[in-house]
This record gives sequence, structure tokens and C-alpha cells, in this order.
Amino acid sequence: MTETKNIMIVGVGGQGTLLTSRILGGIMIKGGYDVKLSEVHGMSQRGGSVVTYVRYGEKVAEPIVEEGQADVLIAFERLEALRYAHFLKPDGVLIVNDHRMDPITVVTGAAEYPENIIENLSKTYKVYSINAAEEALKLGNSRVFNNIVLGLAAKYMDFTKEEWLEVIAATVPPKTIEINQKAFLVGYEG
Amino acid sequence: MAEKKVMLGNEAIARGAYEAGVKVSAAYPGTPSTEISENVVKYPEIYCEWSPNEKVAMEVAIGASISGVRSMASMKHVGFNVAADPMYTVSYIGANGGLVAIVADDPGMYSSQNEQDTRQICRAAQVPVLEPSDSQEAKDFMKLAFDLSEEYDTPIVLRTTTRLAHSQGVVTLEDRVVPEDKAYERNIAKNVMMPGNAIKRHIFVEDRLNRMAKDACTLKVAKTGASKDIPLNRVEMNDTKIGFITSGIPYTYVKEACPNASVLKLGLVHPLPKDLILDFASKVDKLYIFEELEPVIEEQVRAWGIECVGKEAFTVQGEYSANMIREVVLEQDLHLNEPAQVAGRPPLLCPGCPHRSVYSVLKKLKIHAAGDIGCYTLGAVAPLSVVDTTICMGASISSLHGMEKAKGKEYIKNWVAVIGDSTFMHTGVNSLMNMVYNQGTGTVIILDNSTTGMTGHQDHAATGKTLMGQTVPAINIYQLCKAIGIEHVTEINAFDIDGLEKLIKEEVAREAVSVIITKSPCVLLKEVHFPNVCKPLSDKCKKCGKCLQPGCPALTKNVDGTITIDQTMCNGCGLCKQMCPFDAIEEVAR
Repeated sequence: MTETKNIMIVGVGGQGTLLTSRILGGIMIKGGYDVKLSEVHGMSQRGGSVVTYVRYGEKVAEPIVEEGQADVLIAFERLEALRYAHFLKPDGVLIVNDHRMDPITVVTGAAEYPENIIENLSKTYKVYSINAAEEALKLGNSRVFNNIVLGLAAKYMDFTKEEWLEVIAATVPPKTIEINQKAFLVGYEG
Repeated sequence: MAEKKVMLGNEAIARGAYEAGVKVSAAYPGTPSTEISENVVKYPEIYCEWSPNEKVAMEVAIGASISGVRSMASMKHVGFNVAADPMYTVSYIGANGGLVAIVADDPGMYSSQNEQDTRQICRAAQVPVLEPSDSQEAKDFMKLAFDLSEEYDTPIVLRTTTRLAHSQGVVTLEDRVVPEDKAYERNIAKNVMMPGNAIKRHIFVEDRLNRMAKDACTLKVAKTGASKDIPLNRVEMNDTKIGFITSGIPYTYVKEACPNASVLKLGLVHPLPKDLILDFASKVDKLYIFEELEPVIEEQVRAWGIECVGKEAFTVQGEYSANMIREVVLEQDLHLNEPAQVAGRPPLLCPGCPHRSVYSVLKKLKIHAAGDIGCYTLGAVAPLSVVDTTICMGASISSLHGMEKAKGKEYIKNWVAVIGDSTFMHTGVNSLMNMVYNQGTGTVIILDNSTTGMTGHQDHAATGKTLMGQTVPAINIYQLCKAIGIEHVTEINAFDIDGLEKLIKEEVAREAVSVIITKSPCVLLKEVHFPNVCKPLSDKCKKCGKCLQPGCPALTKNVDGTITIDQTMCNGCGLCKQMCPFDAIEEVAR
């Protein structure tokens, strides 16, 4: 692989995007790639719109993914998928957690939450969605939804199942390894 | 083989400090610099502390340097303003043990109140500035900074930006090498900056900067090891049609967009290597200066009579990108899809945040708040809309005092100052002393959530725990206010909204300084657990919308006017239940 691959994770502050980026960083380092990740800390982690960039390849220059450059966009929430969809390459893949979180601008009535986001995005982009919250509840732990979404996204990246499971085990707290691996497989094999 | 690790820029800075043999580190938390100290503390060889503010942190580091050890202070850009007073003068004193300040700028203002450029302050203070481009350089430049500090007898600033501080890249680890402590010798001509001595040291400072500017053409990234042959200011000669002078993160954008262009990559951004720049400029057809924020390099380059393209093509605002170069320099049409016009998602107070409770009372009483720096700044936006002003750390109290002196006691009877516990310890306490001394009558609400919240939970002098994990006597904010001479100081639970309403009414009416300390720990602290969660009872709901007024993100309004409470988001603080006049919200066990 000579070309640098670009992955983005978007969501709402507090949804655990930083954990997902740690797992992604871990697997790329294991694969022997040069890796750069860029994330946002601080104010927007308080329920704001957050974005993490992950880039890997032989030699990575800049740490961010630019508009029109993302190979895979992982969105933990529908509205955030819509907000960042234009970062995708024409043949990029959009992974969406089919979940709605109203921003305060919608709650106060200042703005509207758009209908049919996934259907409309599918007209322009290759979209794969999953209701990870529902699937996580079936597993008995609502917090592992992000590994379900990651599992779905992993189908469109160049690593094996075993590599993913190993990196998850090395990254999440020891007590939660099993449930997180299970969650990953729901997305990966489902 | 040397160990390699993926490290956050801030983590690499801490690693650099460790490898450089640093023994003392002081800081006040501030995004995007906070994780430097949070990683330094992982090395037990280094004494590290949270100081009450950046001026104190800088002075702690200066003292350690004078005593002969390598020391550092880290802060965000606006914190550097607070530390500017010691920095301007320690520039004259110089360093005994290496002295480095790490200052993090925030282009794009992800988490800041302004977009100032640290390089300008350093130019004014005549302090050299190093600027790394990735995590590996962040570590390497830290080590170099200490060497240069000792060699040139100067404090050094390592300047980062949010993008560098919060990006991760691969770093090769090396061992810690602790140089022998420098001997301390009494030397008042160097260390006592009174006029007679300072006049002579000013001459030294001018000479130091000139020597460094000359050496800047040949300085290497490291004295020894793998990087000892890499120039600190590096010329990468390629296609000469286009040349860039750049540094820091913008260098990575140049390499991304124009891998074949010629580049002068500056590692030392003040003072600048004049001969190197003149030579480079003479070899390229068109010269671009690609620097985020202010035209610091560009102005100097132009002053030397060199033709270049800078801020007329690239903005002084926000972050740069490779696409910016593709469009402006390469004149490419990128055929980008238009971003969707969607509802904004600004940050907001968390579900269960005690600030929301206090603000809902202020909103009910139609009281304006002079605000301060912290999570509680978010009380400015709808639906709370309580905070009217935010300037800098500690300004809530002093600006309220200024309003009173301008317009009289009556004017501030529907005003209060709101300030967090950490910000109060930072600089708020000075403002409160002024209010007492100059006979103000304002009401100050200290929103005491027992931590520094916005930056991710750091301890301070009033929490009873240090950065290194020691349990220590906590400064009691109540007793502190009493000791200043304030008669009316009251502590109250932030969620007691009836008690708070009564108390605020009394205190704003009072013609004396009064302090209300609303006590409730940050809901994100590990030890905080409300036992219950809130659930709506739809049959009792009268659809009045009162529960929605505090703007808790766990609550949403249904189409029929009733509400839903997201059970995974609700932290069970019970504020919505208190707001409801019809008992239509109940608390149930988790």
C-alpha cells in the first residue's frame, strides 16, 4: 500500500469517539504503518459535535483528513453523518449508527432535525447503517455500541478479524474485553 | 531496536522532558496544554505540580532553574499572558538549569476565548521560540530546548498548537539522561533585576538574540544521537518554481499538497536565520510564507526586502489545510461536495451538571451574570441565557465591581458574578479582595464543583489533592472569604433551588459584599453517583414545558407536547423533577 488511507470518526462529545480512535491507532501500528491521529479535546467534548481523524500509510504527512479525502467515515449519530458526509471521497464508505441525538438547537426549536437522513445520503454515498444502541442492549451493555459500529466499519478496512480482536483486548479495560469483542463481532459478522 | 510508541503531541513533550532530565514541572491546566502535566506525572523522577495560575507556575520553574536544575512550565496561550510578567524579566536573568515554557496556541479557537499568537509575545520578550511539526519533533525539540537554554543563558519557549498537541504520531523512545545540577552561585548582577543590573542585562539580551540569529543557520536538531546531523532550520530543495517558508503543523500541509516543492522548514521561529532565508528566497521563483495566525515570519522576511506571498493569500484566522494550498497556490478546482446545511451542535452543560441548577434560578429571577472561564461559560447560550460577559480568568468579580463603580449600587442589584472554584483560586480571589477593599456591594457566586471541570478534572489548592496524588489539607474557600473580611458568606447545595432562590434575593439586595458558595461536585467525577434516574409520568404531564427550561440534553419534547428522558444520558440530579409543578416526573432506582 503506497497511498495513505483516511478514516474519520464523528459523533457527539461523550460518545466515546476517543476509544474508537485508540483501537484504530493500535491496529495500524500493529500493521507496521506510519500513523497519525488527530482528535479534539476540551470544550466540544461537552456534548458538542466532535471529529477524529486517523491516517495510515507508508509515510503520513498531515494529521487531518480534508474535505473530499475520507475513505471511511464512521458516524456515531445520524445528524453528524450528514454534517461531515462531504469529507468522503466519491468512492468512500459511510458507516452510520442509526441513532438520533437532538442538539440543543433542535430542543429549543431554533432548528429542525432533518428526516430521512440515511435514505438521502444513500443517493450520493455508499452507506451502511446499523442501530447499534438496540444491538448493544441485546448484549446487555448499552455502552459498547461504538464497538458494534467499529465492527461494521472494519469490514471495509484491510485487517483480519483476529487482528481486530487482539487490539480490542489490548485497548479496553481488562474486565470489558469479552463484551467489547462480542460487540465488535455483531457489527463485523452481522 | 529502539522502542516506538504512538504518542499524543503533549505526551511526547512530557517524554522529551523526561529524557532531557527535567526535575521540576509546574502548570495550570488549559486546553490544549493540559495533557503535558498529566503525562509528566507518570514519570516519578520529575516533581510536578498544578500551581494556582500560570504566573506562579512560571515562577516555580524559574526558581528551580536558578537553583541549577532543568525545569519547565506549561500553559495555554492565554495563560502565557498571566505568566508574561515573570517571562519578560527572566528573559534578562536567563537560565542556570535549563528553563523551558511550553505554550499552546489555539488556531480556530476550539476551546479558547481568543486566537492570539504566542510568537508575538516571545518576540516582544526577546525569548527564542522552537516549533515542532509532529510528535517526534515535539520530543526532540524539548530536549534541544534545554540544551539551548543552558548554552545561550536564556529561557526558551516551545510553541505548539491544538493540532499538534492533540495529534498522535509515532515516536522513538530514548533513555533519560540527567545532567549534573548546575552549581548555584550568588550573582546579583544576573539574578536581581533592579535598574542598574537590568540595564546591563538588556545589553546581554540583545547580543544573545543576535548571536542566536546567526547560529540559527547552522543549529542542529540534537547535540548527539540520531538527529545530530539534521538541521533545525532545514532546506528541502526540490522544484524551484515554488518555495515555501513554513513551520509547525502547516509544514505537514505543505508536504501533503506539494511534495515536490522546495521548502525551508523552520524549527526555530524566533530569531530567524537571515542568511538562510535570503539564500533560499534567491533560489525559488515564487516564495510563499505559510504560517497560521499572525504574519510573524512574513513581516520579518518583508523587512529584509524579500518579495513573498503571505497573508494577502492566507487568512490570519483559524487552522490551515492542504486543500488551502491546492486551491490558492496550485489553483486546482477540487470539485468538493457542498457541506449540508444542518442544525449546529454546540457544546453544552452535561446532564446532571450543578451549574444548570444555579443558572435556572438566576434565569427565573432575571438576574444577569458577569461570567468567567470554565464549563459555566456555557450558561451564556439559550435556553439558559444567564451569562452576559466572559473575558478572562477572574474577570467576573472585578468587572462586576467596575459596573458598580460606574453606575452605582442600584445598577448591580440584578447582577451577580459567577466563577468556578478553580478559577477563583487562579485569580478570582484577588478581585474579591479588591471588592472588599474598595467597598463594593456585589454578590459573588462561587460555583464550587470541587475540580477544574472543562479541562477534564484537575485538582487545585481547594480540592485537597495534588497532581502527584498526595492528600493535603484543602484550602477552605468559605474560611478564605471570611478571612478577607466578608461577613456574608453562605454555602448551599447547588440543587436546593428553593433555598438558592431565597438566598440570592437576599444577597443581591444587601448593601455589602456577599459570597454564595454553591457546592455540588462535577457530575462527571468518578465518585459522584446520584442513586436514581428521572422518568416522566405522561398521564400527569400538563405539557407546560417548565422541565425543558434548564436545557438538559437528556430531555426532549415529544410531538404531543409531553417529554422523553433519555435513560442512558440522565444522571439523576432531579432538577427537572424539581422544576415540574405537577409531579409528572419521578425518580426511580437505576
